[in-house]
Amino acid sequence: MKTPCLIFVALTSTHINSVLADNTTIDNLLQVYASQGATEVDAEQGQYLWQKTFQANGEFAERSCASCHTENLTAPGKHIKTNKLIEPMAPSVNPQRLTDQKKIEKWFKRNCKWTMGRECTVQEKAGFLFYLNK
Amino acid sequence: MKNMLAISAVIFTIGFVTIPVVWSDDDDDWHGMEEYRHRSTGVAAVTSTVYREECGSCHMAYSPGLLPAGSWMKMMSGLEDHFGDNAELDAETERSITDLLLANSADRSVYRRARKFNRSIQFNDAPLRISETPYFRHEHDEIPNRMVTGNPEVKSFSHCNACHTRAEQGSFNEHDIRIPGYGRWDD
Repeated sequence: MKTPCLIFVALTSTHINSVLADNTTIDNLLQVYASQGATEVDAEQGQYLWQKTFQANGEFAERSCASCHTENLTAPGKHIKTNKLIEPMAPSVNPQRLTDQKKIEKWFKRNCKWTMGRECTVQEKAGFLFYLNK
Repeated sequence: MKNMLAISAVIFTIGFVTIPVVWSDDDDDWHGMEEYRHRSTGVAAVTSTVYREECGSCHMAYSPGLLPAGSWMKMMSGLEDHFGDNAELDAETERSITDLLLANSADRSVYRRARKFNRSIQFNDAPLRISETPYFRHEHDEIPNRMVTGNPEVKSFSHCNACHTRAEQGSFNEHDIRIPGYGRWDD
């Protein structure tokens, strides 16, 4: 019984390593999200949500992640209201990104609420992590 | 020799009296020696890394000396709708930032310009926008809209550092002003 379990673990970790760059923060968070119910996550789910436009009340009626971050994850973005420069989201060009669990959760909370009008589910957050880090 | 001494004394006295007036740059009022000491730094520069990180990610990290304590209290109790954006913090960070804001607010600051902001605000008034305080309005009343709100590189009076090149160091001296597309500003 022990052998199949070990094989499963080995396969899973190989799969993660092939998809994600070496980032223990992301690995840890993905495990947390998985333990809270995230299943069969992939980068396409994250990309779909990243580019989706949401309707909101207030100054900017149409909102998406790309409103500030652009659709090019390797390019810098600009805060839609203040014009302040936002460094690229992709860890491939900005190694500081996605290395601090507390910071990731803070921005998920703020930006999901502003963009979508609610907090993101663990499934959605896991999708974003896959997409940003692909 | 006695005459020389007397003349020197007169020159020295005139110099002492006039230098502060000459150095008071764009200011139209003068409030004594305490403020003279702080003339070169308008408001306290922001040095806290937590403050810079938490308040300076989306906009310039405004010096706490630009608003009084009542304003900051009100601001920190409504971070979920922070001028239309969500700026929620965890409880611990929120507390430490509130402490920093209150300890350095305009009504507690010794910096000259911070005190001017405070004096211009009515007692018990707690404005949330620095750009709506009477002192701010007074200082910017001669600037045409085309240079700020109609200027795509500035857009809003809330973007201090678009024109005040040393705003983040706490200096709003007129010699440091460069309006994008227009250059220097002489009062």
